[in-house]
Amino acid sequence: MCAVARGRVFPVFSAIAEHSLLVEFGETIAPEIHDRVLRLDKALSEVPFEGLIETVPAYAAILIHFDPLVADHVAAEAAARQLLDRGTARTARPRLHEVPVCYDDDLAPDLALVAEAARLSPEEVIAAHLAGHYEVFLYGFAPGYAYLAGVPEVLRMPRKPAAVRGIPAGSVLIAGQQCLVSTITMPTGWWVIGRSAARILTDDSARPFLFDVGDEVRFRRVTRAEYEREAGR
Amino acid sequence: MSDATLAVTFAGPHVSVQDGGRPGLMRYGVPCSGPMDRLAFAAANLALGNAAHAPAIEISMGGLMLECQSGVVSYAVAGGGFIVDHAGTKRSSWSVATLRAGEKLAIRPGHWGSWCYLALAGTLAVPEWLGSASTHALSGFGGGRLVSGQRMQIADAGGRERREGDIPCPLQARPRGELRVTMGPQQRFFHPDTITAFLSGPWTMTSAWDRMGVRLRGPAIAPQAELDMPSEPIVRGSVQVAGDGVATVLLADHQTTGGYPKIATVLDCDLDAFVQLRPGDPVLFRAVTPAGAIGIARTAAIGASAYLEAIVKGRG
Repeated sequence: MCAVARGRVFPVFSAIAEHSLLVEFGETIAPEIHDRVLRLDKALSEVPFEGLIETVPAYAAILIHFDPLVADHVAAEAAARQLLDRGTARTARPRLHEVPVCYDDDLAPDLALVAEAARLSPEEVIAAHLAGHYEVFLYGFAPGYAYLAGVPEVLRMPRKPAAVRGIPAGSVLIAGQQCLVSTITMPTGWWVIGRSAARILTDDSARPFLFDVGDEVRFRRVTRAEYEREAGR
Repeated sequence: MSDATLAVTFAGPHVSVQDGGRPGLMRYGVPCSGPMDRLAFAAANLALGNAAHAPAIEISMGGLMLECQSGVVSYAVAGGGFIVDHAGTKRSSWSVATLRAGEKLAIRPGHWGSWCYLALAGTLAVPEWLGSASTHALSGFGGGRLVSGQRMQIADAGGRERREGDIPCPLQARPRGELRVTMGPQQRFFHPDTITAFLSGPWTMTSAWDRMGVRLRGPAIAPQAELDMPSEPIVRGSVQVAGDGVATVLLADHQTTGGYPKIATVLDCDLDAFVQLRPGDPVLFRAVTPAGAIGIARTAAIGASAYLEAIVKGRG
């Protein structure tokens, strides 16, 4: 199977420095493209080639990182081509996580702005956010930053023109079709619509990150008292 | 063998604990971190008889001042041409000596280099995160940044007088301004003239640097296509170009994904020497083929192992 966009025939293999190969399956955020990424990721973890160090799945591409003293780009590409579109991407039953969110005004500084842009009331924005079915597409940017796809159409906002500094850990952020719960204090151009006490960095060395790529996420509304209790745990 | 206590009387910005890093976690948004100059870091540890990846202190151009409050501890300093002031006696980096209770040690930038490593004979008592003491700058997770006023405990500290003396500073530890790159993976966002401009330069290091990356000043190389690519993985060495045409080379604590195109990627084996450049130093990019990159990396690895093995044998 190959797809074509802007004259590029996918999958596209690109050598990166002396240690990596990037395999691109498309140029958009789409389930069928992401599915091919996850299938190759899973296949490489089941049948690793000699010298493979790690793979990094993203939306439409996967990075294959190898030891240049053992393998090279030709070997990595041959191994990847052999495994293309093998098997299934999904574990039989992805886990479902329920992530608690408090939407109180002072924890949700952008809720009113999102409501205004969507021509909804803040309560309707909260209801729409809670109604979404989310899937963990990838981790990116910073430790534990799990990009959840599935923000309902009505809440899809472009990023802010400039990032706002000092957004605290646990902030529930949305931009476009994506949602994420931040894990460290960072600047962000995404919209802050709530706060969660969910521990995505778990402090459990056997399972240091709450989600696996492919897992499903639902948000559950909690009161301020419940949030404080969870956060202070 | 007993414990030693060091008081940090001054620590500049970007001074932190590092070890071999935490590889294999990029899929969770976690870069490898670890020392900016991995060769000098390993040299300092090995010269002292430590494991190559034992936790040690990375010192920026901000410098570091310590006072030994109790115990005896040998130390090795390697990386850059820093100035080591030990109880009033000045030496250059790339040496091993022993610090005793009541003595002060100051390490500050000298004629060349941006990063210097202080390894200690003993075990630095520092927190780990995900199995590594390397400090991740954005979060502060790991062994942590050093701050003025803090105390550090070194368990099983000891004098290793037999190891005292100079550590050879090899040619490959000197700053490197000519960087070998593979082109792409997003060179399609750039006009062919822009690619030529990128490879012609001239580029200079700027003062906008940290452990995540360094911005360069040079020709305008703005991407021509609309920036609509989904976020893709980033590696240490990615040359990312923002919409305004500013080029940044991503380094040890890089973000793991990003939506700006990468015009080229610096070979990993050139990065240790690259980070020893200083603001204002010239930089030039030279494109190599993937096969060429593999050959260069293998030759560099042979050189680095031979150098490090000689340190181990010379003092074993």
